[in-house]
Amino acid sequence: MNFWKAVFAIIRKDIRAELRTKDIFSSMFVFALLAVIVFNFSFELRVPDMKMVVPGIVWVAVTFAGTLGLNRAFVIEQDKGSLAGLLLAPVDRAAIYFGKMLGNLVFIFIVEIILLPLVMIFFNLSLLTWQHLLALFLGTYGFAAVGTVFSAIAVNTRAREVMLPILLFPVLLPVLVAGVKLTGALLDGEPLSELLNWIQLIVVYDLGFTVVAYLTFGFVVEE
Amino acid sequence: MSESDTPMIEVRNLIKSFGSKHALRGVSLRVMPGESLVIFGPNGAGKSTLVRILSSLSRPTGGTVRIGGLDLARHADGIRRYLGVVSHAPLLYDSLTAEENLSFFAGLYGMQKPEERIKAMLQRVGLYGRRGDLVRTFSRGMVQRLAIARALLHDPEVLLLDEPDTGLDPQAAEMLHGLLSELSGRAAQAPSGSPAGAAIERPRTIVTVTHSIERGLAIADRIAILVNGRVAHDAPVGGMTAAEFRPRYDECCARPRGGGGR
Repeated sequence: MNFWKAVFAIIRKDIRAELRTKDIFSSMFVFALLAVIVFNFSFELRVPDMKMVVPGIVWVAVTFAGTLGLNRAFVIEQDKGSLAGLLLAPVDRAAIYFGKMLGNLVFIFIVEIILLPLVMIFFNLSLLTWQHLLALFLGTYGFAAVGTVFSAIAVNTRAREVMLPILLFPVLLPVLVAGVKLTGALLDGEPLSELLNWIQLIVVYDLGFTVVAYLTFGFVVEE
Repeated sequence: MSESDTPMIEVRNLIKSFGSKHALRGVSLRVMPGESLVIFGPNGAGKSTLVRILSSLSRPTGGTVRIGGLDLARHADGIRRYLGVVSHAPLLYDSLTAEENLSFFAGLYGMQKPEERIKAMLQRVGLYGRRGDLVRTFSRGMVQRLAIARALLHDPEVLLLDEPDTGLDPQAAEMLHGLLSELSGRAAQAPSGSPAGAAIERPRTIVTVTHSIERGLAIADRIAILVNGRVAHDAPVGGMTAAEFRPRYDECCARPRGGGGR
């Protein structure tokens, strides 16, 4: 089967299943919302300017909620052996990786799109600009690119819910730092043209880990 | 896929270790095109590991596997097109309907306009009336029947069946048995709604792992007994009955394990 046809077949399958169960989306969204609410009450009385903490709040909520989603995405595949069903099909392992990764990206990005207006209401800041969305998208892509590989590794371990963040977070640090810096600078009103270093860092990270994942995913999913 | 004098499946000195545990310790087997090999063996003998390696889900620690004359290690993507696999796990999606599951896998196998084939397979396994129901609402036996339909959907040359009758009620097990007899070329006449007209024209190469001696012998051209990761017996059935086979099986299982490994 054509590489991209297989990729889109897997994305369609994941979205169709998710529309029925809402397993991944609901757990991610509720977690992200709770994180934002807890941070709101924690910081509101003691932080003079919310712009100081909101970038961190957004990225922490996205990271933890996204990790929850990544865990669920592969647990669903593994528990019924359906991942083996995918691996038995005559499609490139990399197509399976891109299908799962892009599906994860869609789910996480939808959660972010719904979360941002709520963050704006809670913290009275404007985050719904194309620059913010671009920063969020680039960071989320890196998160999904790395996270999909690590969730495929973690799903075969005994303590998989704990194992994923332990494996993932150290590798995610560059994209998290760049994402927080970028969001913060945009909130401070700096133009995107002056933030190219951070954007370049995220883009290089995204491309680098996409290539690494493309090359290694087959070894990750086979015994 | 290959010339008829070349083995369809050729396993040479296959070794698989999980850390210090040795699941396979030098297994060698040949299965000719159209031949049905049934593998028996006690729990932990390495039968499922062997099937996972043959189906390219697991990489061997040593040895080679050739399917249709091609090295599995180098041509796995191409070989998978010719394999149909039924295992303990259903390899299906709970949140999709029976029809959506088959449609998804038909797409991955590159099948053009698979609707008729999907309908025929669902009818053959007795699930056409439940085609629009989510798999999560199915009983274990129904899920296994759908798993069999999924494995046969793309009309594979080689069938790898790891205890395919797991969870099946006697009626469904009989249906599966009939299906395997057809595919191995034993059935005199194909019933309507047969998995594929072509399936009867040329017998499929079938490797079945089972604990049921009676059912296994009924579909086998050759039988192998795997004990402790080694082939303890490999010979044509030659009209052997279950009563004749059972003492041989017991004797193979009772033999000392020999050196090496755990």
